[in-house]
Amino acid sequence: MGLTGLFLISFLVVHCFLNSFIFFNDGGLMFNIGAHFMATNWLIRAMEIVLFAGLILHMVQALILTMENRKARPVGYNVAGGSANSSWYSRSMGLLGTLLLMFLIIHLAHFWVKSRITGLPGEDANGHENLYAVMQTTFTQLWVVIVYVLAMVSLAYHLLHGFQSAFQTLGLNHKKYTPAIKAIGVGFSIIVPFIFALMPILMYAGIIK
Amino acid sequence: MASSPKLDSKIPEGPIDQKWSKYRSTVALVNPANKRSLEVLVVGSGLAGASAAATLAEMGYKVKVFCFQDSPRRAHSIAAQGGINAAKNYQNDGDSTYRLFYDTIKGGDYRAREGNVYRLAEVSSNIIDQCVAQGVPLAREYGGLLSNRSFGGTQVQRTFYAAGQTGQQLLLGAYSALQRQVGMGAVELCARHEMLDVVTIDGKARGIIARNLITGAMEKHFGHAVLLCTGGYGNVFYLSTNAMGSNVTAAWKAHKKGAFFGNPCYTQIHPTCIPVSGDHQSKLTLMSESLRNDGRIWVPKKKDDNRKPTDIPEEERDYYLERRYPAFGNLVPRDVASRAAKERCDAGYGVGASKKAVYLDFAFNTIRYGKTEAAKLNLHNPSQEEIVRLGKEVIKEKYGNLFDMYQQITGENPYEVPMRIYPAVHYTMGGLWVDYNLMTTVPGLYALGEANFSDHGANRLGASALMQGLADGYFVIPYTLGVYLSGEVSRMSAEKDKADSIDKLKTKHPEFDKALEEQTALINKFLSIKGTKSVESFHKRLGLIMWEKCGMARNKQGLTEAIGEIQALREEFWKDVRVLGDANEFNPDLEKAGRVADFIELGELMCKDALHREESCGGHFREEHQEADGEAKRDDEHFKYVAAWEFKNTSNWELHKEELVYENIKIAQRSYK
Amino acid sequence: MGSGNGELLNLTLKVWRQKNSKAKGSFETHQLKGISTDMSFLEMFDVLNEQLIHEGKEAIAFDHDCREGICGMCSMYINGRPHGPKGAVTTCQLHMRSFKNNDTIVVEPWRSVAFPVIKDLVVDRSAFDRIVASGGYVSVNTGNAKDANNILIPKPAADDAFAAAACIGCGACVATCKNGSAMLFVSAKVSQLALLPQGQVERKERVLKMVQQMDEEGFGNCTNTGACEAECPKEISLENIARMNREMIGASLK
Repeated sequence: MGLTGLFLISFLVVHCFLNSFIFFNDGGLMFNIGAHFMATNWLIRAMEIVLFAGLILHMVQALILTMENRKARPVGYNVAGGSANSSWYSRSMGLLGTLLLMFLIIHLAHFWVKSRITGLPGEDANGHENLYAVMQTTFTQLWVVIVYVLAMVSLAYHLLHGFQSAFQTLGLNHKKYTPAIKAIGVGFSIIVPFIFALMPILMYAGIIK
Repeated sequence: MASSPKLDSKIPEGPIDQKWSKYRSTVALVNPANKRSLEVLVVGSGLAGASAAATLAEMGYKVKVFCFQDSPRRAHSIAAQGGINAAKNYQNDGDSTYRLFYDTIKGGDYRAREGNVYRLAEVSSNIIDQCVAQGVPLAREYGGLLSNRSFGGTQVQRTFYAAGQTGQQLLLGAYSALQRQVGMGAVELCARHEMLDVVTIDGKARGIIARNLITGAMEKHFGHAVLLCTGGYGNVFYLSTNAMGSNVTAAWKAHKKGAFFGNPCYTQIHPTCIPVSGDHQSKLTLMSESLRNDGRIWVPKKKDDNRKPTDIPEEERDYYLERRYPAFGNLVPRDVASRAAKERCDAGYGVGASKKAVYLDFAFNTIRYGKTEAAKLNLHNPSQEEIVRLGKEVIKEKYGNLFDMYQQITGENPYEVPMRIYPAVHYTMGGLWVDYNLMTTVPGLYALGEANFSDHGANRLGASALMQGLADGYFVIPYTLGVYLSGEVSRMSAEKDKADSIDKLKTKHPEFDKALEEQTALINKFLSIKGTKSVESFHKRLGLIMWEKCGMARNKQGLTEAIGEIQALREEFWKDVRVLGDANEFNPDLEKAGRVADFIELGELMCKDALHREESCGGHFREEHQEADGEAKRDDEHFKYVAAWEFKNTSNWELHKEELVYENIKIAQRSYK
Repeated sequence: MGSGNGELLNLTLKVWRQKNSKAKGSFETHQLKGISTDMSFLEMFDVLNEQLIHEGKEAIAFDHDCREGICGMCSMYINGRPHGPKGAVTTCQLHMRSFKNNDTIVVEPWRSVAFPVIKDLVVDRSAFDRIVASGGYVSVNTGNAKDANNILIPKPAADDAFAAAACIGCGACVATCKNGSAMLFVSAKVSQLALLPQGQVERKERVLKMVQQMDEEGFGNCTNTGACEAECPKEISLENIARMNREMIGASLK
């Protein structure tokens, strides 16, 4: 789980970086350049397959883990006091992950399916396929914005545990560096989902046009 | 005085420092092929049991280990806090095998065997080597070498330790070695099994009857030798520092099958325990003797002084150990420290709500350590708070877990206020009589560790119990067992063609069935009494009699009364005890019934032994026999012997004496002044 | 405050009763009056058991032995937490001053497929013994050792090894882990020996064998919630789990 998790985290960095091009607020020109590059570069296309594989592996691992762990305690407790010894999100990674999966289906339907399969409507001023326009239309619906923001909250909590947990699983623990890794993990888990969440909000509010 | 012909201690001839090495290299051996067909039963899995079982299995014997706990790792050796002695002389402070031997004999108030004690001192070094090789994390200095501290009754630093959890670490080392053999199939582990009887055939130990505590099934187990490593009997006092399950049953049943009981009255009352807080008290907790390295013991100079300890100025405190024993001060042996605390409390100087406590105060040494630390850190003119803070850190590193434990139990913070302590029953020097080979008076039946009587005389020095348990298990029994088993090999080959030989019949021998029936009947008897009083209540009453009349100070009148009271208690027990539940199930109450029944019988013998010993020595203090200044008065002319009691029938024992011969140590009055 | 000053509590106790490993268990409720705050939790159970025996009912079975927090035998799951509400103590060291008058206390056995219930609050933890038997040792026969000071061990390594070795094998880590994982227990032993020079020879083999045995016993997987460390009466650190993961990866790759 740790390895696939870290791999997915690395994807988040790239995704977040490219999407941040919308903050240029240039009518999506920069963003579409990025999107074009991502859609046409063969290495990226190959990595996309690896990414899906990684995602599926992450989910399969999670399923096996959950099933094994359920078997480890066939009779549960009458009173559970988990809140006294661990954070709720560390105990709810499965739930958070499932929410993220549901979001992912919606999200892929919104963008990836259109960009890769059904095709995008029109081109921008540079003659690139206009993914940006799809974003703009999608984020005019209030329910979509709410779903995206909630999903990013889930992502934040998923990362809050997952980031440092991955290092622990891989045995990357050090008296000096582990506190730093944990701090970076917290920062990452808040900043990245926050940037993602800003996109639908700002578009819906009309601040990014 | 000559020793009883029934007691042959089998001490080898020759100079003391060569007895063991010579004996070891000349005793009969058992060849590896024969070892595989010899079965050894080890009862108890503490330091002595685990180390013996592991070592014997390594040598090739077929070993079975029994313990009443759920795992061998739970044995009460685990609770030993302070340390383990060894004459390594790593501190270059003049230690030697002879000095450890001398200290132990003197500490035992000249009531231990020279030969055994010298051997103990001799192998002490090997124990440390063995444990370190196993990965036991003993405390280290910054240079990577082993660290030592001092304990009572010695003037050298020879105690090795692992914080306040030395027993735990040593036991886990022995347990690992044992589990390694379990994993390799060389040892069969029978946890949650209680030994109920020794099976003897033609006078020799041939096996045991054990109850599977989970199912209640009664089992027969055959062995060519049986090793009892079942610890001491301090729980006869109900309140003691022993674990709740610690009991005398295995040793007592062996006693009733012919093993003599040596010096039952020698009980160690440990001076530094947390005082009793109320009637609900189920056990007492020790605060390691190592605390006396840095804690100073005092009471107010004024009677019934109810001020807070921190409000009592220095000049109004009586550091009575430092006053009475300037040479050893707070580090006098346990028996001396305990009696001194009792003397102060009885005289009305006790502290705390019950007035049955004295202070153990770390303030002085906290400041001392604080100043040293400040100097190390190059702090000039540190404030008082800074000194105290630094000092507390040092104290915490040395004794943190003990201080935490004290706070859990009392609700008081010992970093801020002095600990309140009072003596409590801790260890029993008495036990099954054994010879130099650790064999009891029943051939093939051995007793190791606290279960035997052999090495500590009338008082054990701190950090010597761990040493003895491991010495017996790792380094003594592996050699001495061969003496008997080599004979077994000859017998087996002589009886090879005999159809009904013991080796062929094993547990099918009628003696096994007889013993099994007896023990089953006993269990049914407990359940059929259906009386009105709980097992626990009988145990409490027994404990009270023992503590009041056979405790820290004893006298003729009290002991005579106690014997009568215990006999009456025994009768009442067998008429009125209430044991619920079934025989064929997990039934802790039933287990306890058997243990308490045996404690009651033992209590009587302890009082008889204490009554007959008209002298004061070590842990045995007879009020009639004291010097003008209250120190113990020994009578070497009449009592320089081991009292070994032979069980005849209920309330009837015959005394046998083994004379103690001192050829290497000049007997003197024991003085720590 | 200290001795003899305890207040008295009235309590409601809900305790799991189960005749044997095959029987179906259920909760039983008992009222207790006049429990001194100076009592330990187990002494409170002693009082209850005396009360039950007096009423002619079978006493509640629970594991306990040393009653000073070191043998690791006591094992009660109290109000949703192993060893109760106070951190860094075993059940036997938990005192009634941690509770308030009129509290309801729910007591359950450890729950894990690897720790089947034997009776009432008593469970079978022999799985831990089997894990140690699979490799939790240094293979050194008695009599082979060289002088103890020939092995130099830096104090920090000795201290870390000791901190890991302080584990008492009570099983609270398994009991509290939502996955019923035994990683803290196993990693403590693996760490202790991995940190010491004596443990190097069998280092790789040891971690592989112990983890294999752990899995065979049916313990769950670690998801790093940290509950074990928070509830461990001896405060065994999660760093040990990281170290074991590292050892495991290292050993598997070679």
